[in-house]
Amino acid sequence: MSAFAESGRTAVDLIVHADPVLLHTVGLSLSVSGTATLLAAGLGLALGAWLAVARFPGHRLAALVLNTLLALPSVVVGLVVYLLLSRSGPLGSWGILFTPTAMVVAQTILVLPVVAALTRQLVGDSLRDGGDQLRSMGAGPLSCALLMLVHDRWAVLTVLIAAFGRAIAEVGAVMVVGGNIDGITRVMTTSIALETSKGDLPLAMALGIVLLAVVGVVNIGIGMTQRGHGSALAGVR
Amino acid sequence: MNCQPTGASPPLVRLRELSVHFGAVQALRNVSLDVRRGDFIALVGANGSGKTTLLRALHGMLRHQGSRELADASLVQAMVFQRPFVMRLSVVNNLRLALWLARVPRAEWAGRAALALRRVGMAELGERPARALSGGQQQRLALARAWAIQPQILFLDEPTASLDPSAKKDVEALLAGFAADGMTMVMSTHNLGQAKRLARRVVYLDQGEIQRDLPTEAFFGERGSARIDQFLKGEMAWQLES
Amino acid sequence: MAAGIMNRGAVLRAALALMVAGFALAAGLPAQAQDKFIVMASTTSTEQSGLFAHLLPAFKKATGIDVRVVALGTGQALDMGRRGDADVLFVHDQAAEEKFVADGFGLKRSPVMYNDFVVVGPKTDPAGLKGNDVVEALKKLASSKETFVSRGDKSGTHAAELRYWNAAGIDPPTGKVAGYKECGCGMGPALNMAASMNAYVLADRGTWLSFKNRAELAILVEGDKRLFNQYGVIVVSPAKYPHVKDHLAQAFADWVLSADGQATIASYRIGGEQLFFPNAEKR
Repeated sequence: MSAFAESGRTAVDLIVHADPVLLHTVGLSLSVSGTATLLAAGLGLALGAWLAVARFPGHRLAALVLNTLLALPSVVVGLVVYLLLSRSGPLGSWGILFTPTAMVVAQTILVLPVVAALTRQLVGDSLRDGGDQLRSMGAGPLSCALLMLVHDRWAVLTVLIAAFGRAIAEVGAVMVVGGNIDGITRVMTTSIALETSKGDLPLAMALGIVLLAVVGVVNIGIGMTQRGHGSALAGVR
Repeated sequence: MNCQPTGASPPLVRLRELSVHFGAVQALRNVSLDVRRGDFIALVGANGSGKTTLLRALHGMLRHQGSRELADASLVQAMVFQRPFVMRLSVVNNLRLALWLARVPRAEWAGRAALALRRVGMAELGERPARALSGGQQQRLALARAWAIQPQILFLDEPTASLDPSAKKDVEALLAGFAADGMTMVMSTHNLGQAKRLARRVVYLDQGEIQRDLPTEAFFGERGSARIDQFLKGEMAWQLES
Repeated sequence: MAAGIMNRGAVLRAALALMVAGFALAAGLPAQAQDKFIVMASTTSTEQSGLFAHLLPAFKKATGIDVRVVALGTGQALDMGRRGDADVLFVHDQAAEEKFVADGFGLKRSPVMYNDFVVVGPKTDPAGLKGNDVVEALKKLASSKETFVSRGDKSGTHAAELRYWNAAGIDPPTGKVAGYKECGCGMGPALNMAASMNAYVLADRGTWLSFKNRAELAILVEGDKRLFNQYGVIVVSPAKYPHVKDHLAQAFADWVLSADGQATIASYRIGGEQLFFPNAEKR
């Protein structure tokens, strides 16, 4: 029990003293995972909406593959991206291995299936409810799907929050493609892994608490944008 | 809507020998039907007789064998469903969406939306979240949505089946009003009393085929077919409402 | 959610805006192109000893070159060099290093410094290993039933451990030593395991000195010359991968072997104790 208490105290200490290294690490985590989530959103929302209405031969297989990719281990994504970006690999000349850019690429690949698969399900469900009626009003199939993204915007936001969570909490991909370089590619999760491997478990846990606190603040911010709309359930039939 | 003389111009929609299959099930069998300008047709029949399928086929939503011709390729159609789907937007934005999808010029949106809401008696509800409306109000929104694009033909699939009696009355009044303005309407209904009250022409379907296509008084006055008789008696005993 | 969304084009523009925002954020991330830097592959034990935090700023001051350290096990570090993803290697497995150069992946191997290993175990020493002979200690361990934690991860430490077992005539130890446990992990986790299982483990002195989770463990075997752990620095050859920054990497190798670099190594202390002993060849 004392290890937890010590971690709690250390976490508060870290936050209060706002150590510059910690701030940089937190900032890097937020920007890498935030960027990856935005990129995955741009691609994934479109992909998910399209798959919800696509009828090409094999569209069911595509949906199955997408759902399976939800279970992509982060280390595997890291290895694939590493081998692509390595100087011995096809994209070595880009020179982005062991930089935050590579980490963004890896995390985007990791969370793209999250956004696309969940969006496909959301949009598909809403289309079952009202797709006919939108079609009857003159919307083409893809327009119906995109309109459902607007209709389900709060659920879509939750999907993006889930994607962001998956990105900022993962360690396998960023460790492999980033190299956990001090001051350059060290993020919260790789710091936690490092402190764990050094045996400093209370500090590792404290960093974990700080990470959760930061994500909590982000979610509070997002939640405040919902307040203008009151409870999404008010008056719904 | 303008009053048009009926009979002289070509039918708005003409179906000839039209059949529709859903997998192995044949929902419509060699159906031929003309919808003329100014008609108010009620499609009646037992469950599974093909009323809804015929309605959707008229609207052009289904793959079919046989022919479906429109008087005019740019015929403006609208359809109102039993359970209206309204977007999670305000009432007025739902209207704007319908206007956008119908390719109505932006400049006309404000005017048409206001008029449509007034027409259905919801002028002060413009900024409400559409999802917060009652069932009857949502159906009236659906009617406003349809009215705003000034359709030449309005299809209605059991528009009052899910409504409570007072909402049903309101909607029926609106439909009667639209008809009086000269809008062509085709409505499927379970409710024979409603068909008698609103429609000028009744099309009776049984097992995917049109059995009768008569003006309302003729249909309800007719005797001679045991099956129809049974239908009328059986249905009317508990469906006929005032 | 006003009529702005209704514009057909706006739907596409919204998706594009998301992606542009993403790229803009990405551009704000630490720029890489401008500063001079090299990537150095080294081992976790070396990085965790804190040496680099002491050594590399001095190098940057002298030359303006940033060194970015990726810390892995020796085997993985060498693999990284073979793929051309590192510009310079700083590891401690002489045989593997010489093979690396012989195979054409590295320009030259130069000895830099050494530190030593210690055998750490429960204070009560149930296997009776205490002393300054590592090979005898391992023989005694083999005949006892006590647990020994091995890193089992192709690291320099692991390679050294296997050499000692070999010298003790027990090769391979897996299967022959009753309490032998391989964790496939770094020095820290191995020490953690030993601490929680009250087991024996071979560790580098640096990691042990920084290790905070000692429980009942203490140093039992030290001072055996065989326990000395020699480090080498290798510039990765640009022959296979032209993008390797061999000139900057050579600058690092030259500096760390120079009087300056060697003195900086010697001045690194933990708790007043010197960890690394510079032994570059006199030029």
